[in-house]
Amino acid sequence: MNRELKRISAVIMAMFASLFVASTLIQFGFADTLNSDQRNVRTLYDSYKTKRGAVLVAGIPVVQSMPSADQYHFRRYFSDPMYSAVTGFYSNYQGATGIEQAMNSYLSGKNSSQFFEQVNALLSGNPVSGASVELTIQPKIQRAAWDALGKLKGAVVAIEPSTGKILAMVSKPGFDPNPLAAHDSAAQTAYNKLIASPDQPLINRAISGQLYAPGSVFKVIVASAAIANGYKPTDTFPNPAKFQLPGTKTFIYNSGEGKCGGAARVSIADALRLSCNIPFAQLGIALGQDKIRAQAELFGFGKALKIPLTVTPSIYPTNMDDSQTGLSAFGQFDDRVTPLQIAMVSAAIANGGVMMKPNLVSFVQSSNLSILDQPNAQVLAQPVSSDTAKLVKQMMIGAVQNGVSSNGQIPGVVVAGKTGTAQNGGSAPYTLWFTGFAPANNPKVAVAVVIEDGGGMGQRGFGNLLAAPVARKVMQAVLNK
Amino acid sequence: MATKPGTQSLNTAAIGRIIRIVPRSRNVEAALLIFALGINAYELAQIQLSTIAILRSDIWLYWLPVALLSLAFHTLLRMRASEADPILLPVAVVLNGLGIAEIYRLDLARIAQHQTNLFAGKQVVWTCIAIAIAMLVVFFIPNHLFLRRYVYIAMVIGAALLLSPLVPGLGKTINGARLWIGVGQFTFQPGELAKIALTIFFAGYLVTRRDSLALVGRRILGVRLPRARELGPILLIWAASLGILVFQRDLGTSLLYFGLFIVMIYLATGRAIYVVVGLGMFVTGALVAGRLMSYVSGRINAWLNPFDPVNYNAIGGSYQLAQGNFGLAHGSLLGAGLGGGLPQLVPLAESDFIISSLGEELGLAGLFCILVLYVLMVSRGIRIGFTHPDDFSKLLATGLSFVVALQTFIVIGGVTRVVPLTGLTTPFLAAGGSSLLANWIIVGLLLRVSDSAGGAPRAVSI
Repeated sequence: MNRELKRISAVIMAMFASLFVASTLIQFGFADTLNSDQRNVRTLYDSYKTKRGAVLVAGIPVVQSMPSADQYHFRRYFSDPMYSAVTGFYSNYQGATGIEQAMNSYLSGKNSSQFFEQVNALLSGNPVSGASVELTIQPKIQRAAWDALGKLKGAVVAIEPSTGKILAMVSKPGFDPNPLAAHDSAAQTAYNKLIASPDQPLINRAISGQLYAPGSVFKVIVASAAIANGYKPTDTFPNPAKFQLPGTKTFIYNSGEGKCGGAARVSIADALRLSCNIPFAQLGIALGQDKIRAQAELFGFGKALKIPLTVTPSIYPTNMDDSQTGLSAFGQFDDRVTPLQIAMVSAAIANGGVMMKPNLVSFVQSSNLSILDQPNAQVLAQPVSSDTAKLVKQMMIGAVQNGVSSNGQIPGVVVAGKTGTAQNGGSAPYTLWFTGFAPANNPKVAVAVVIEDGGGMGQRGFGNLLAAPVARKVMQAVLNK
Repeated sequence: MATKPGTQSLNTAAIGRIIRIVPRSRNVEAALLIFALGINAYELAQIQLSTIAILRSDIWLYWLPVALLSLAFHTLLRMRASEADPILLPVAVVLNGLGIAEIYRLDLARIAQHQTNLFAGKQVVWTCIAIAIAMLVVFFIPNHLFLRRYVYIAMVIGAALLLSPLVPGLGKTINGARLWIGVGQFTFQPGELAKIALTIFFAGYLVTRRDSLALVGRRILGVRLPRARELGPILLIWAASLGILVFQRDLGTSLLYFGLFIVMIYLATGRAIYVVVGLGMFVTGALVAGRLMSYVSGRINAWLNPFDPVNYNAIGGSYQLAQGNFGLAHGSLLGAGLGGGLPQLVPLAESDFIISSLGEELGLAGLFCILVLYVLMVSRGIRIGFTHPDDFSKLLATGLSFVVALQTFIVIGGVTRVVPLTGLTTPFLAAGGSSLLANWIIVGLLLRVSDSAGGAPRAVSI
């Protein structure tokens, strides 16, 4: 019997050997594949053990993690809804948006630059602490922009032209990210409520969303294209009270439905100052869509951009006929822009034609206070020459000082700017704009303001009435005026 | 019956007292037992510190009863079975204690989620009952041949236990398998005890029929086929195993009984033809059943492709298996530490998937230790089979050891995807009274048989 028993023993050993092999394959061989399976929530739960880094503005946390007595270990707290567009939300159910999403690898301690901390954490058994992210936002300017918009729907972006630092970024209506950070079903309820709201508060209107028709602020780009292509601000075009678009029976009008000034011909500078559509339609048709598009693309249209939030590229349409080109030259037809893109145009003009890369992150600091990342000011492009920039700036100064963008004026400061009042077809309310920079001779800030739904005034609201004062308050906050 | 059983064992004890021989093996057992109990206490302490950050006084509830009873068992062995194997008891205690600790750890996770269905307390009670009954086995069974008198009674008991879940009103279907009997709140898996009764029956039956099974029969194509009268019981076992597969809907139990029978008949006769024909019959039967019964093919699909979304999302599909594998992978080499993982994410983490819970928290290293403990226990049982002079005892010890080995293989193999997942329990670890009871009785029987395996001549009574 012992011969059989030996064989049975061998079979038993083979059975156990297969268990040794199988468990080794699962726990070692294929462990990485199994751990990265999205249905394996353990990896996610592990991340909760990390104390997520804070998001700071001027050294003060606006988002931070506090201990919570549940499986998630920590809960995220947001100090002020005015930062909601920038920070985004952080939810265990819905993921994250804004800085919370874009800087997640640093905040969660998973960035490769935190390798030594990760090794340390592994050896000590303590979870790694996330790095904190200091933003370029200035609380005073952010507050000014948030308050100036009041109850209006829209967005404000303020950039430091010489560095590309984003000083303020506001989207209204904002939202309170705190309910979304809850660890129970209340988070889902809050999310469902926000996502169902017709005002779409979760969208950061400054950089994403539906995009806006730029209206007359687009004239700054067309004027830049004109100067770059040999026109002078003093070059003139015929000045009729109405203008038939080539190849159509459609007439277009200047905003006052009259001529642009009293003369028979009107200069490019006066057309920008008084924001007249007919001369710009003629200028656009004369330049042609390709030159306008080339200039728009130099300013960043159609290009992917991360600040590090993902910015939706602005659009200048293609394959237009002359009538459509004429409309596109004063920011109508299918031109679509983000407020950030418009702010970047102003910032480039302000900075002598050199466009700095817009950026929200000042520096990233690990939990042991070493600096992990500190983005340098970076030239993104030079869309216009310094000479062109100077001439366009002069025209924008004229628009504010004695033109139709007058509500951008700040006593004792020379402001360059341009308003816009974009039609959205039929009886839809207008989209109101202002963009500009100050002081014109030594720019500290470039802004773009957009207000949706005609600022509640339907087709009676216009850029200079509602958007320009908001921009003025933001610029005043920067300049302490 | 030549002498009363009680008289005989009294004699042994009296001799032991007179000669004052304390076998070395009992001291080894004492040392190992203290070590095992120490490990169990450490596990519980680590779990409390890791999950609730303090040591609470209720930790004793999960340790002391088992510790006292296992020390009592040790004392009983000193008195009544002093030559018994010294490894079996400490290994069973350390596995059982580890099971209680992990079940307690899962209870803490449930308490944190305000759930009230807790298992650790019940597991402690069942462990105590099971150890007490194993002690009774050692105490009342005077020697290794005693059971041979009750071979056919064992058969009847085994069959009755096996069939009892099919009795209307008594049987209960849990998770698709009809393996339980229930009275009110109380449920029991009689198949666990049936495997012991049937092992006793197989051992007794085969030891008397081995010669006719091995030597008699017509030769066809050079292979000696057994006669119909010997073949009859084999066909009966085969039919019963397939009956379990069809009516009780559990592949694992079916495989366990048939595997046990094949191994024992091979051991008794030394004829490989029984293994070949037996396995052929079982595989054929299982394949036909698999064709006809959707639950078998579902289990097999889930086994082959557990991460396929179709199987993963199917009701009764591979979700549990995939989650168990995620848990094991999360444990990696060294594990998350007791109390540090998330074993509660796997359905039935305290019973069917206790091994994935332990694999997650103790890692591959810990899982290897658990497997080595099983290998150790099984090899001690096989060793009794090797050394015992009596053939009935050889068959009994081997059968009992093999049933532990095969059950461990089918369950852990099911979780680690070596074989399709089935409804068997992990010996000593999984939550559940029937399983604990059965496996402790096996330990008791092996201890009783091993006591007489040493070769020292003794007075025996038949």
